[in-house]
Parts: sequence; structure tokens; C-alpha cells
Amino acid sequence: MLVPVSWLRNYVDIDNIPIEKLDESLVMSGSKTEAVEKVAEGVEGVVVGKITEIIQHPNADKLIITKVDVGEEVIQIVTGAKNVNVGDYIPVALVGAKLADGLKIKKGKLRGEISNGMLCSAEELGFSDNVIPKESKDGILILKDEYTLGMDIKEVLALNDYVIEFEITPNRPDCLSMIGMARETSATFDLSINYPRINIEEETEDIKDYISVEVKDPDLCRRFAGRIVKDIRIEQSPMWLQIRLMKAGVRPINNIVDITNYVMLEYGQPLHAYDLDTIVDKKIIVRRAEKDEKTTTLDGVERKLDEDVLVIANTKETIGIAGIMGGEDTEVSNNTKTIFLEAANFNKKNVRTSSRKLGLRTEASSRFEKGIDPNIPELAVDRACQLIEELGVGKVVKGKIDIYGDKLNKWNIEVRPSRINSLLGTKLSVDEITNILNRLELSVEGKGDNLLVTIPTFRQDLVKEIDIVEEVARMYGYDVIESTLPKGATWGAKTNGQIIEDYTKDTLNALGLNEITTYSFLSPKNLDLIGIPNDSFLRRSIKLLNPLGEEYSMMRTSLITNMLDVLARNYKRNVSNAFAFELGNIFIPHDIPVKTLPIEKKMLTLGMYGEDINFFSLKGVIEELLNRLGIANYDFEPEKTHLSFHPGRCANIVYGNHILGTIGEVHPDVLENFGFDNRVYIADIDFNIILQITILDRIYKPLPKYPATSRDIAIIVKEEVYSKVAEDIILKNGGSILESYTLFDVYRGKQISEGYKSMAYSLTFRAADKTLTDEEVNKVYDKILSELKSKLNAELR
Amino acid sequence: MKEQLLEILEKAKNHIESTKTLNELEQFRVNYLGKKGELTVLLREMGKLSKEERPVIGKLANEVRTSIENLLEENKAVIKEKEKNARLESEVIDVTMSGKARKVGNRHPLTLVLDEIKRVFIGMGYKIAEGPEVETVYHNFDALNHPKDHPARDFSDTFYINDDILLRTQTSPVQIRVMKKTKPPIRIISPGRCFRSDEIDATHSPMFHQVEGLVIDRNITLGDLKGTLDTFAKRLFGVNTRTKFRPHYFPFTEPSGEVDVSCFKCSGEGCKICKGSGWIEILGCGMVHPEVLKECGIDPELYSGFAFGMGLDRITMLKYEIEDIRLFFENDMRFIEQF
Repeated sequence: MLVPVSWLRNYVDIDNIPIEKLDESLVMSGSKTEAVEKVAEGVEGVVVGKITEIIQHPNADKLIITKVDVGEEVIQIVTGAKNVNVGDYIPVALVGAKLADGLKIKKGKLRGEISNGMLCSAEELGFSDNVIPKESKDGILILKDEYTLGMDIKEVLALNDYVIEFEITPNRPDCLSMIGMARETSATFDLSINYPRINIEEETEDIKDYISVEVKDPDLCRRFAGRIVKDIRIEQSPMWLQIRLMKAGVRPINNIVDITNYVMLEYGQPLHAYDLDTIVDKKIIVRRAEKDEKTTTLDGVERKLDEDVLVIANTKETIGIAGIMGGEDTEVSNNTKTIFLEAANFNKKNVRTSSRKLGLRTEASSRFEKGIDPNIPELAVDRACQLIEELGVGKVVKGKIDIYGDKLNKWNIEVRPSRINSLLGTKLSVDEITNILNRLELSVEGKGDNLLVTIPTFRQDLVKEIDIVEEVARMYGYDVIESTLPKGATWGAKTNGQIIEDYTKDTLNALGLNEITTYSFLSPKNLDLIGIPNDSFLRRSIKLLNPLGEEYSMMRTSLITNMLDVLARNYKRNVSNAFAFELGNIFIPHDIPVKTLPIEKKMLTLGMYGEDINFFSLKGVIEELLNRLGIANYDFEPEKTHLSFHPGRCANIVYGNHILGTIGEVHPDVLENFGFDNRVYIADIDFNIILQITILDRIYKPLPKYPATSRDIAIIVKEEVYSKVAEDIILKNGGSILESYTLFDVYRGKQISEGYKSMAYSLTFRAADKTLTDEEVNKVYDKILSELKSKLNAELR
Repeated sequence: MKEQLLEILEKAKNHIESTKTLNELEQFRVNYLGKKGELTVLLREMGKLSKEERPVIGKLANEVRTSIENLLEENKAVIKEKEKNARLESEVIDVTMSGKARKVGNRHPLTLVLDEIKRVFIGMGYKIAEGPEVETVYHNFDALNHPKDHPARDFSDTFYINDDILLRTQTSPVQIRVMKKTKPPIRIISPGRCFRSDEIDATHSPMFHQVEGLVIDRNITLGDLKGTLDTFAKRLFGVNTRTKFRPHYFPFTEPSGEVDVSCFKCSGEGCKICKGSGWIEILGCGMVHPEVLKECGIDPELYSGFAFGMGLDRITMLKYEIEDIRLFFENDMRFIEQF
């Protein structure tokens, strides 16, 4: 909402308030300003001139030489403008003048002819393209009226002004008008407001002889008001009106259209002017459209309607879509002699639905759908007629149409000052509260803690006591309310699960992995890329009805594809090492089609590639993480069928009956799909289970008092024997004195037959209560060795 | 014999002083004082001496032995020192070469800032509540007093799964869930992912993050809201931070407001980050609307409360001067490793 300060000044005496103060105070009372801009900023030395002579430039076809009277002298200016004529009043930038774009005017010659200034366009005076009238758009701004030559253009056109852009919140459609903003200004500064005085001097004939109106659907059209104006002379509006509209962001068209726009900006009430001569049978009917009815709106587009769309019609056909756009056939043209001026109140929900359905949003529809006071239409029509009369471009016919069934009256709200004070933390007296509310034109009756506040119909947002609390708060000033802290103690803490999450992230960070964050949605195609079969549960997913595109169309059922996307992006950007993890949700539907909220399951996905990175790099990370989380008794079991992974380099992490997750080297086909030329390792862990089995509590174990004894054991076994099997045997036979074991070498090659490998373990023995003797250690060692020999056909190397 | 003793002493002196290594020195010790050493051998002949001579020579012999021992000790120390110096000299390294350590990983910048926010609120007695990303229309809009025809509900703004289920557009539904199952007093923050149908560009993302807060208790006032957020701003952005509360509108709070903080880059002087205004808008807030309390089974006549919400992505971008929101979701390792 663009509000020229000069316009605001018509209603409230703010002459003595500096612009900064105006801005700041309105912001603090709830009218947020987006911008405060100076009109014609930077323009200096531009005056009114009159063209007295035009001759063709002797040396240039596209240039003309003008003589311009600027009051004290007549100067010669060469220009390329095509829209100027002798007798035109125009803005002239004299030598030394500055224009809005920073250009400084100098004496000059154009193709040999002296040029001592420049004729200006509206753009050069600082107006943006979208508000400049068509006639002046590609040329000089032609002033409609006559002015004293040589006067500063900024004075003549009221350009010494500011325009404030307000952000109007959806609860305050009444503020989408100059009067609405004047009310806010008046309340904020506690100044009186002067509403426009509307009176029409002269009326002729009788409206009944011109038109009749029937409202068939009063539920969708609460009020329909209108007047007839005859002997219309369509022409450009006077400059003051044009400039005012331009400052408010509206492009001037012609006097009638400009006046309807002016009144709409002033009161917030959209108006529509019909060319009366085009209305068949001189009758207007407000009704629902018929099924599949068609009409052409004034933008020239044919629109298909249905029974839920409210239209304005004559006895034969539709001539406009109510509250949205008028029809092409009844539009005011340069030949229009008589107009019907309509101001109505249409149902906001209906306008909104129709506007969406037709894909047609207009200034009028956006105002109607926010809600307008049904008591304004009559005022607005009269105001427009008054302006037409004042401009002398039409004669107002006596009488008016006003069909207003369900009249909206003021209403009351019961308000307790104690409630206001207890919610705001203030100690306002009844008088103070009354004073604030009166400033807002809310009258207050009653006393003590029982006030009755009467609400004018332009404040339809005020319905409940709490709405009044807010009015008091914003006018009293949020900045004045004392800052306090809530009383009473509560304790703050993270939940156990949140602590485990932090612990997990800390550990993974310490192990060199970066945390990543990826979208909760993914592309179904990505599941193809990781080799997920068509019947996999991963494809049973939540689908969006209105995704941004196929690639964001389903809620993720796995974090793996997003992880691969991230790693692939890094790889393509030549990042040599990438170690990453994401802790996030996957979404598993209970039912398809979806009827209930899905299960949201937390997954931890890890990914790595880089120099010297292999399966065991990632496995080591997981082992250390599980160790830190106090999780033991899990196994890595070979998994050969997972299509995303290398069949010989993949394992499930098994904990009791649960599969905690899967780890593996990514399958070469998948790597190719994502554009990798290297090897990539991924693990995918069910964090919901982790949360259940994590033990962060620790109990101290005494440090050893007696020395340890080490023994190495190297065995030769068949290639397919998993180290885990050998280790289980070692562990089982180690008795109470086997403290730990480490596989320190796996060897194949010389001295080892093909199909066999040598595994070398270092065993550490220790007793808690004494120093072990060689005999004691040897006994256990021999047992381990003989078991390895018998169970695995192992040979001592 | 006396001469012999003095001779040994003289000889030993010369020898010891000319030694260069600890090994040589040890050899001398054995040569003179060992079981078969010169002095030891000589002293075995003490028995041949007369009664009168014996104590005199004995005394002298001890003096010689002590002298030699002292010499050995002194030289040992000197040689040790020399050897140490030689070693230190030979072990000079280029200390300007870069060190070696496995790099630790980093938290995502959004998590880093969220952790700071959590820390501040936990310190003020808040717990952290979480809720589903896929939500019901009821929890996301209806219960929050959103008018049925509110534009935020439109297909063009919100991702829907069906008529009743959507991707949450805010973390406020978590507040509804908490209020419905918890008796006041309530003090929570609810951080999380949110979704809106925005095409991806430098400042828009269909997925973003919010942190909302909720306090419900007896006698909670707008003044308490101001004080709380002012304290929060000072703890997150620095003790000199100032806050500005402006009225605003939200369907689920009334009175509602927005909060600006004095720019934490230029301290309010005006800079690129605050677009010259000296202020940065960081959050929306207000007193929980009585209709919302009622909907959650809390009597608005007995209890009142406030709620606030902020965009985590925006605050993180401001804090680290990140200009493109897409960087958060691209996850370039070189980006994450900067924080």
C-alpha cells in the first residue's frame, strides 16, 4: 500500500511531524513500513515551459528544434521526442538541472544546433514505467493544464513529497485505503481526523428513468449501490489527480477511470463504471452465472463460468464478473455519454473462490476477498460523483440505486480492564484505556471492570475481548511495556534421546565425518539408481499431491540416495576426500492411499570416499561409535544380496534379533549411475534401535595390578574362513585370563598354498590377582591352538 | 709404593682428561679401579709393607682412589653434556613444516546455530519438543486459529499429501501437540524442518528450518515475552544487542509482534547485512490466542502464555554472512568444513 504523505495530510494535520518520526511512530503502532521514498528524488532545476515553435532539424531526420518559453526567456532545445506540439506545457530541465537518474544537464549542440536544456519525460522526474500514462510513456510528459512558466515543476506537480509503502497485514483490509491509514495516523498521534465532505451540488432528472437493478442472490451481494452520470466528457484527468495516482502506484487512464481508482484508493471501495448505452433493456441483474455460461472480460479474454460465480448481467447476458472484472462490451470508451457507477459489497469468500477458479486476480477482487465495510459503497459512489462534478466532466442524475438488505450495524464487545492489564503486564487505568480506544474511534461505556466497547463497521477485525487487548497494547506502545521474565521455576534439559543424538554427532565429528542436511523428499528415479527392485518396501512411499517437480515428489524412505547425491556432487567438484553422515527421518506409510500420519523413523546414514579409504575405514567408524554408545554384542554378518552394494563387500550389523543396519562398498553399477570413478562406502543404520539400546552410563573397572603376558599365534586356514569364526574359538577357549586379541596380519603368497591364508593374532593374557606363570599361559594357549586346529583344520604357521 | 701410587694417579689424570666418550671412560674405570685394575692390583701388595708404612700408604691409596673416582665423575658429566649437545644439534627439524593430524568433522552450520539457541533456552528452563514433519491439516492450521480461507493453506503455498495431511509449514503444530498432552507450566522450544511450496533460489527453499518457543503458565504477560526475547537476543548475539518490538499480526497469537535486533555485524551503525537500517528482523511472536488455548484444553481465563518463532536458516545466513540458502543443502565438504 503506497501512501503519499501529501494525500494523508488532507485528512490529518501532520505538517509538523518530520517524516522519520511519522515512519517510526506508525511502525510502532502497528503499521509496518516497507520503505519511505522521496518523490522525484534528485530532481533539481526542472521548470514549466511552453513550446512556442517547432522546426525540423536541418541535419537530422529524427530530431526537431523547439523554442521553449520558460518565463524569463525563450530557449532553444533540440529533442528526439515525437509527442510534442506547439502550445504544449512540458517540464524543462534547464542547464545545470539534475534528473532522477543523476544526469546533469549541460549546454550543448546536437548535430550543429544549439540545445540549452532538455524536455523531460515522467521517468526522468523519477516515476517508474508502470505508472506513466500511455500518452506520455515513450515521450515527454505533457502537462494537461496551464501553469505559470518558469515555475519549479516540483512545486507545480506537488513532487516535494514522500511516499510511504506500508505492509498491510491480512486482518486490516480497512488500512488498504488513504482513509484507513489516516485513521491509524490520527490514533497514533492523537490528532483529529477530517473526513472528506461529500456533497453533490446539482442533480437533474431521475435515476428511475435510466436504470433498474435487481439483486437475485443477496447472500453473495450484500449491498449494491450506484448512480447515473450523464453528459460525460472523457478526457485526461487534471495533473493533480494524475500525479496523485502515480505517486500511489496507479497509472492514469482517463478522468472517469481515474476517479474510480482515486475513490478506491481513498476509501478502499472498488467502483465500476458501465457505459449505460450498452446495457440492454437498461436493467442490471446480479445473479449466479449459468452452467457453462461464457463472457468476455474487459481484458479481451473469454471466460467460462459456473453456477458458483456471481455475475452482473442485463436481461440477456452477463456484462461483468462481480467484484472481479467488468465486461468488454460495457466498458467505458471515449464515446461514452452516460455512465452507471457501481459500488457494491460482494461476499469475500465467493469472490476469492471465483477469482482462483478463473485464474483472474484484480485490484478489485483482492480487496473484496479481504473484506470491505458494507457501509461504504454509498459514500464511495457519492464521492466519485462529487469529483466528476468538480471536474466539470459530467452531470449527476438525481437519486440513487441502493439495495442493502442485511445491514451491518455497530456491535459491542465486553472488555475487562483487569484482563488487559494482566495480559500486558501493565497497570492502565480505565481512563487511559478509554482514551486509547477513543483515539481509534471505538466508544467506551460502563465503568470499573465492565466496559462495553462499541465497534465501528470499518473494524470488522475487532470481534473479541482479546482484539481490544491488542488495540490497547499497540497504541499504548510495545516499547513502553516493561520487560519482565516469567515467574516460577521450570527446569530445562534435553531428553535422553536428544543427548544420545548429540553424543552420536560428537563421536562422528571426532572420527572425521561432517554432518550433512538433505531434503526430506526425493525423486523416485533415484531409487532406480541404487538398484531398488520394483516390489521393494522402499517404494511404498508418501507421495505429494503438488510437488515442485518429479524429483521432489516422494517423502524419502531411505537416506542413501541423498547421501550418494551429496558425495557425487563433492566428487564432481574434485573434493578429494568426503566423509559425511546425516541423521534424519524417513517416512513409512501405514496405509496406501495414505489415511493416517506415517511412521517417521530416524536413520543414521554414513558415507565415505577418498585416499586410503576402504570398507574397514567405515567399519571402524561404526565400531567406535557403537563402542562409545555402550553397545556391544553385535556382529557383522556377510550380506550378499543387497543390490546397492558389492556382493562380496557388504555386511549386516546384527544385534540379537535386530538388524541395526547395513554397511558396504557401493555396487559398481550404482557408482556408475551416480558418476563415480572411485569406490564409495555407505552405511545405513536404524537410529530408533540405537536409541533403545544405547548405554551411556559407565562403571569403573580397577586398573590392572599385575603384568600382562603376550603370545602371538599365526595359523594357516582356508581362504573362506572368516576371522570372526577363528576369533569366536579364541574367545571361547581363552578362559578368564585372555584379556584381548588383535588380528595383526593377514598374509597370502609365498610359502602359503593357493586358497589358503595366514592369520596372525596377538593374544594378551592377564590375571587380576597374580602374575601369570608361563605354564598357566601355555596351557590356555595350547588349548586355543588345538581347538583352532580341530575346528578350522588350521595349521600353525 | 708411594711413587707408584702417585704415578698411577698422574697417568689416570692424563688418560681421563683425554677421553671423548662414555664408553672409553668406563674402560678406564675398569683399567684402574676394576678387580684387575692397576690400583687394585697394586693395593694387593699392601701386605708386604711394614706396620708403620701401611696406614700412611693406605691413606694415600684411598686418596688416589677418591681422586680417580672424582675425575671419572667430573669427566662423565662433561662428556654427557657434550654428547647431548651433539645429539640436539644433529636432530634439528624444520618446525615450519605443517603438522599432521586427522581432521575432525564438523557439524552442519544449521546445527551449530541451533545448538547455540538450544543452549540459551535450556539455560532459561526450556525443554526441547519434537514433532512429525508430515502433519495433519488440523494441527498445522485449524487448531492454530488459521481462517479456513487463509492463503497459506493454498495448494500453491503448502505441500499436501491429501485433504487432511500435509507437510508442516511451521513447527507450531508441535506446540499444539505439547499443549494437548501437557499440563502447564509449559516451557518448550520446538526446532525442526518445515516445508513450503517455494521454487528453489538463493533465498527460497521448499525445505527450511524453524525454531519456535512456547511458554504457558499463570499470569504470563506480554512484558514477560519482551523480557524473554530480549534476554535470548543478548545471549545469542551479544550483551550489547538491543531489541525492538513492533506490533504485527498472526492468527495464532494476539497481541502479536515482530522483533528486530540491533545489527550484530555493525552494532546498529548500518551495513550491508542490515541494509543500512541498523536493525535486523529475526522473529515473530505474540500472546497465545485464547482460541488456541481453548482448542488445546487449556482455560484461557486461568492460564496465559506466549509463543515465538524464528527462521533458523535466515539467522544462520545472517550470522555467517552466507548469501545463498542452497549452500545448506548442497553439502559441499569445503562449505561445511568452514564452520
